[in-house]
Amino acid sequence: MSRQPKSLGEEAGSGVRGQVRSGSPGTGDRSGRRPSKKRAPRAEGAAGRRGAQPGQKERAGGSPGPGSPRRKQAERRRHREELGERGRSSAERTCTERRKKDGRTSLKEQRAPSKKEKEVPRKEETWKRLKKHRSPSLASSASVGESLSEEELARILEQLEDKKKLIATVRSKPWPMAKKLTELREAQEFVEKYEGALGKGKGKRLYAYRMLMAKKWVKFKRDFDNFKTQCIPWEMKIKDIESHFGSSVASYFIFLRWMYGVNLVLFGLIFGLVIIPEVLMGVPYGSIPRKTVPRAEEEKAMDFSVLWDFEGYIKYSALFYGYYNNQRTIGWLRYRLPMAYFMVGVSVFGYSLMIVIRSMASNTQGSASEGESANFTFSFKMFTSWDYLIGNSETADNKYASITTSFKESIVDEQESNKEENIHLTRFLRVLANFLIICCLCGSGYLIYFVVKRSQEFSKMQNVSWYERNEVEIVMSLLGMFCPPLFETIAALENYHPRIGLKWQLGRIFALFLGNLYTFLLALMDDVHLKLSNEEKIKNLTHWTLFNYYNSSGWNESVPRPPLHPADVPRGSCWETAVGIEFMRLTVSDMLVTYITILLGDFVRACFVRFMNYCWCWDLEAGFPSYAEFDISGNVLGLIFNQGMIWMGSFYAPGLVGVNVLRLLTSMYFQCWAVMSSNVPHERVFKASRSNNFYMGLLLLVLFLSLLPVAYAIMSLPPSFDCGPFSGKNRMYDVIQETIENDFPTFLGKIFAFLANPGLIIPAILLMFLAIYYLNSVSKSLSRANAQLRKKIQALREVEKSHKSVKGRTTARDSEDTAKGNSKNATQLQLTKEGTTPHSASQSQTAGKKAQDPGISSSASRITLPVSQHLPVSRPPGVRPDSGQPRPQTHPWRSASGKSAPRPPH
Amino acid sequence: MRTAEPPRSLRPGWALRGLRSLAPALSNFLLQPGGGSADFAYREPGPSAHRRFCELLPQEHRSTEESLHTRVSLEQILSLPELKANPFKERICRVFSTSPARDSLSFEDFLDLLSVFSDTATPDLKSHYAFRIFDFDDDGTLNREDLSQLVNCLTGPGEDTQLSASEMKQLIDNILEESDIDRDGTINLSEFQHVISRSPDFASSFKIVL
Repeated sequence: MSRQPKSLGEEAGSGVRGQVRSGSPGTGDRSGRRPSKKRAPRAEGAAGRRGAQPGQKERAGGSPGPGSPRRKQAERRRHREELGERGRSSAERTCTERRKKDGRTSLKEQRAPSKKEKEVPRKEETWKRLKKHRSPSLASSASVGESLSEEELARILEQLEDKKKLIATVRSKPWPMAKKLTELREAQEFVEKYEGALGKGKGKRLYAYRMLMAKKWVKFKRDFDNFKTQCIPWEMKIKDIESHFGSSVASYFIFLRWMYGVNLVLFGLIFGLVIIPEVLMGVPYGSIPRKTVPRAEEEKAMDFSVLWDFEGYIKYSALFYGYYNNQRTIGWLRYRLPMAYFMVGVSVFGYSLMIVIRSMASNTQGSASEGESANFTFSFKMFTSWDYLIGNSETADNKYASITTSFKESIVDEQESNKEENIHLTRFLRVLANFLIICCLCGSGYLIYFVVKRSQEFSKMQNVSWYERNEVEIVMSLLGMFCPPLFETIAALENYHPRIGLKWQLGRIFALFLGNLYTFLLALMDDVHLKLSNEEKIKNLTHWTLFNYYNSSGWNESVPRPPLHPADVPRGSCWETAVGIEFMRLTVSDMLVTYITILLGDFVRACFVRFMNYCWCWDLEAGFPSYAEFDISGNVLGLIFNQGMIWMGSFYAPGLVGVNVLRLLTSMYFQCWAVMSSNVPHERVFKASRSNNFYMGLLLLVLFLSLLPVAYAIMSLPPSFDCGPFSGKNRMYDVIQETIENDFPTFLGKIFAFLANPGLIIPAILLMFLAIYYLNSVSKSLSRANAQLRKKIQALREVEKSHKSVKGRTTARDSEDTAKGNSKNATQLQLTKEGTTPHSASQSQTAGKKAQDPGISSSASRITLPVSQHLPVSRPPGVRPDSGQPRPQTHPWRSASGKSAPRPPH
Repeated sequence: MRTAEPPRSLRPGWALRGLRSLAPALSNFLLQPGGGSADFAYREPGPSAHRRFCELLPQEHRSTEESLHTRVSLEQILSLPELKANPFKERICRVFSTSPARDSLSFEDFLDLLSVFSDTATPDLKSHYAFRIFDFDDDGTLNREDLSQLVNCLTGPGEDTQLSASEMKQLIDNILEESDIDRDGTINLSEFQHVISRSPDFASSFKIVL
């Protein structure tokens, strides 16, 4: 502090105050680290440029990195100011100007940095001379924190905000990496330095500490994010595929991976909350009838053929519904297993719905502007058609060919947009194709119906063969195998763009699979009803057996009879387990069929084509069999329907999700291998774009459709009387009521009963409908407004176009005139300036010269600068020199206040 | 007087010194994460980029220190399998090179390239660099020569896929009609970005993954 008065006097005289303040970012720090430089400025001689540069950087505050031309400009400008005007701070101005300039100049300036670098040394000489002057004041600025006025604080805060913004956005700046780094470091240094200084007294420590913690937290989050991305599996495999086959094939694998993630979560949920507690804490195998293999099946229960059909020991294991006991609580934790079972079943659907909708929403966010694509067909083809991920020359050749075709097509379209007869032909072909496909769908539906009816007859007979038992599955798998290629062949008639064709194909196969699935479900439902009608009989039989066992004569009355062995107790058919087994079988057979199809249809074919080509009469590779293409639509739909079966079956077979996880895992590796080894890229490579959301939409539909039967079963079918966690109850959801009645306080039970009152539910549903209607109409009106705005913009654009084209023709003529006009404007500006601020003629002339330079917009500030030079006072806060305030009027007040006001800092 | 100083631990240099000695570009590049995307998107380049870069260097320059200062020539970069099939590979290298002759890439340039082509780069950044890549004569606008060169790149090196002169003219006329708002016969950066910002799938295809 001792040197403060002296430096203040100097500054007051020279008006460098602003510079010091703006220069303070680095000074305190640097002077702290290398005090010798400040004390003995001559030492710079040896260090030369290195010594000078940091100083300049400090002063610049927010100036761009060393070597960057913009920084040089800022320096030059500052030199001008210092030498000519000894003016006030330029820090904020530099900031704002830089921001303004960013967009305009960065591109060109980056290209020619070397030229400007030569000018630097000269400038630095002058700067060094200046610095000698100012060194005492610079040193005193180490005391920055103490004497900060509010104005300064505000300004620093503003700068801080700028810096923080820069740090946040540096990644999205089109600068080279070296520049980004220097910018980032400078900004970080500034922020580090000043965030600590802004607090007051004791709060400063705390503030600094908090900042430190915040930084640590950010770093931790960053590391965690990196770690998370490191954990994403199969990145390399998918990337390989993407570079070979384009993004459309890769989108299938990305979808598969996403599905695997979802299934892992479901598996964790079911495994952790249902299966593990049951295995650990439930009564062990063989203790009660539902957990024991019946006597009749015992000898075959371990045969592989039986296990393969999920009968025998597997049927009586924790993988299926029937194994679970209806005890309210199990183990020493008093874990409420039936309740947990029910809630997990519900939350499986809840989680799936949530995750599907969330990813759909995040997919749609990026695609806001859809309707405008018609405006830029050519430009899009030109600028965005290359898929930069392609890394395979064969794919690249295909891409070249497809781009050329699309160019030619669009040119032809543009030249003659009336292809009347062609349109008629295509229309006819499309109608024909749809007709054929509907025939196929009907046929497959009838076939499944027929087979299911037959299987019901078979199930009544004894000694049915393996084929007759599995006929439904076999027929369904065969249909799934042969119909999609058939559809594809028919779709070739339609001649759609592959992206649209893919959607049609997906829709058709979807219809096929859906029909199959629902026919299957109906058959299953018939079966369930049959079993339910038999249940009463078996119930009586069980009672009678037990009754007879305990009351039969011929047993010593004094010794109590040992209880009947659980294997001997007659029991019901347990329709839930039967349904679970059906789904399990379907999943496994589906998986096997997929793998066998890949092996035969792709791998063996590829081998045949590859090796028989040497000794064949025609070219196999180019001719008839050739190699297979990857069937995106079929695979995606297979995946989606498989998932639908998992959702439906997981309530009846908790182990199903585990099987599915295995299936997805193996199919990831297997299909990756198959596609790389035996498939060729599509002839017309196309980008996947947003069909990803299409997949998601299908998935959502399937999820909804698979929710229906499960909800129906839970709400309206009575559970089996002797197996599963809900046995003995009237309906499965009774477990909720039971829990509410027994485990919650009575008033909660009353509340729930009140809520379940139809008098309340119906209004609630009505309200929901009203809300949906309202939101729907709002979104409709919004989209209408959107369309209108778009139309308006288009109209404006048209006007602009025509206007510009008219103007463009005249520009060439007018170019000289505008130059004159500019100078005229400048002189006018000068005149107005002179009206407000009385100056010496020479100054206003220089200002006028500067005003001619279009790059410098702040000529006004330059004119007013000398005024502040004569006045040893600070500007009042908030009034900027370049705001064009009429200075002369304020002179008396300012000088007066300058004397009476407390001394300006520094 | 001393109180103005921030705490020692807050001073720059403290935190950065350790990292600086190792790899300044690397550590600072990782300072700004992209944030993991929800659905298993691509990871961004990081240490793996450095590994790949080192593979391009001759054996004796592979130490961490040296690899940060050595430049890799254009031919070696072009031999990367990710760039091999790309018709714009020379342009990409030229745009990202900071050496005077524009013919070699340092590690920082390489990182620059990868970050622009990564998933986390903003669409604006991507379109900015796309513009520079398409601007074959580096004059700041896309004129007719640039566009025709671009078409030639897109249609491949083969003779059979090239467009004829009249087709080319028609195509370029159409493109200028669509995108050249100010009717000066060329497409400048803002016009280009205006078009690109309306493209639904530019950002998803303008990426390269190592």
